[in-house]
Amino acid sequence: MRYPWLRLLLFCSVASVPCYWLYLAATAALGPDPGKVLVDNLGQGALVLLLASLAMTPLRTLTGWSGWIAFRRQIGLWAFGYAALHLAAYLYFLLGLEFSEFAAELVERPYIALGAIALVGLLMLAMTSTRWSMRKLGKRWKKLHRIVYPTLLVVLLHMLWVVRSDAGQWSLYATVAAVLLAARVPSVERRLVRTSAVWRGEQAANKRQNNG
Amino acid sequence: MLIRTPRRSDCLESEVTPEALYLNRRRFMQGAAFSAAAAGLPAFAQADPRYADVEPANAPAWFDEKLRQANWGAVTVKNEAITPYPDATHYNNFYEFGPDKGDPARHGSQLVTEPWVVTVDGEVAKPGKYSIEDLVSEAALEERIYRLRCVEAWSMVIPWLGVSLADLISRLEPTSDAKYVRFETLARPEQMPGMRTGFSLIDWPYVEGLRMDEAMHPLSLIAIGMYGRVLPSQNGAPLRLVVPWKYGFKSIKSIVRISFVREQPATTWESMAPQEYGFYANVNPNVSHPRWSQARERRLPGSLFSPNVRETQMFNGYEEEVAHLYAGMNLRKNY
Repeated sequence: MRYPWLRLLLFCSVASVPCYWLYLAATAALGPDPGKVLVDNLGQGALVLLLASLAMTPLRTLTGWSGWIAFRRQIGLWAFGYAALHLAAYLYFLLGLEFSEFAAELVERPYIALGAIALVGLLMLAMTSTRWSMRKLGKRWKKLHRIVYPTLLVVLLHMLWVVRSDAGQWSLYATVAAVLLAARVPSVERRLVRTSAVWRGEQAANKRQNNG
Repeated sequence: MLIRTPRRSDCLESEVTPEALYLNRRRFMQGAAFSAAAAGLPAFAQADPRYADVEPANAPAWFDEKLRQANWGAVTVKNEAITPYPDATHYNNFYEFGPDKGDPARHGSQLVTEPWVVTVDGEVAKPGKYSIEDLVSEAALEERIYRLRCVEAWSMVIPWLGVSLADLISRLEPTSDAKYVRFETLARPEQMPGMRTGFSLIDWPYVEGLRMDEAMHPLSLIAIGMYGRVLPSQNGAPLRLVVPWKYGFKSIKSIVRISFVREQPATTWESMAPQEYGFYANVNPNVSHPRWSQARERRLPGSLFSPNVRETQMFNGYEEEVAHLYAGMNLRKNY
């Protein structure tokens, strides 16, 4: 395994965030409605992690460091983990564990249904994230994992539906998502490769000059 | 006394209040008790233990004067704990100050509430520009403890201080053409940072309205204080509407205009999203918001171990008093 310490560091930092939120909630530092804050934070956390996982490939292209890819799977799994916790917090804090209510919400409210669809998408990706699945699925693995793109769009729609009067934060996420998706358009990707090659070439040249 | 003391206030006042203030306050309370006794009324054991965690405020002299004659506990709620003051003042929707629940408390201090002018116009015999003192001077200041149910499915219990809206309206003498009352919130971007961001979807100023008979209902209140003090900015200083059987967004804050009009006014949320927010906005557990159920509410403060989810009551528990206003009306259509 490459970069075991960096991976461990990543694991600990992402795992510690929800623990910190729980600590804040337990000490009443999240205000009078800690449940709602936890639900929102976990949902937005899942989205941020999903965007981060999608940033790894463009970062590799841009920087030429292949290490980024070593973190991609873990970040993607964390996005699923946060999303699952987001659902659990919603059931516990907002529905008071009334499961019949959840069934009704799922049918009646499109944004809840969208959230469920996105979670199923992330679940499929998480379940097929193992080396074994990669080998077993072969070429189809890559195809299957392209569902991360529609999943991201569904997540953004799910969030947009919840926004009441302020679209500021959502616009930020949507912009980042648009940039990350654009980076995957073949012509953009080629340009990205060229730019980074030129850029790194110049750097290397500078270094040589400085050394000489 | 019907009010259960909230556990978070279960400490001595001397533990939470600087000693000088505490002594000061005690003198004031003694004075209040004395004047109450002098008036031949039973001395009320008000304020002290219940409002122990309330930060004292600088109020205009006329307010302090009115406070001394206030009718404490004029309306109460059975078996309900009053929401702790810090929660009622740090979890607010007041988009003029920003979209987050904490923004109004963070930025509210920028609001200048003295002097304050309320314009009264429309179908009314006494239009004009009024100070708050002018508007409330003749009415009795009452403490009314009401449930507050937000359309976002959370709720609190707030001890308001105010005057009956019906009293206030009668003194302004609306004409028979006045079918609705329209209220407008202050729009002053230089003191309201939420108005300066480009992302808000709200078309300022904030507008709300009531049908005349709703406005004249004895439960409708114009609040100028809460928790035994003047209103904090984030709660709608210096005067706001409180209509306890409707979702919180009807209870418009920081009012600068009261207009008596013939037609149903175009109100802010209804204009923005008519399929989600109606003009009536009566609390109704049977009619869902399109995006979430209204059958339950989270009574704040909740905690990690008790989310405090409870069933929402028809007309927020004021059905007996207000149901007749809507007799024969389809509440599913007129949400």
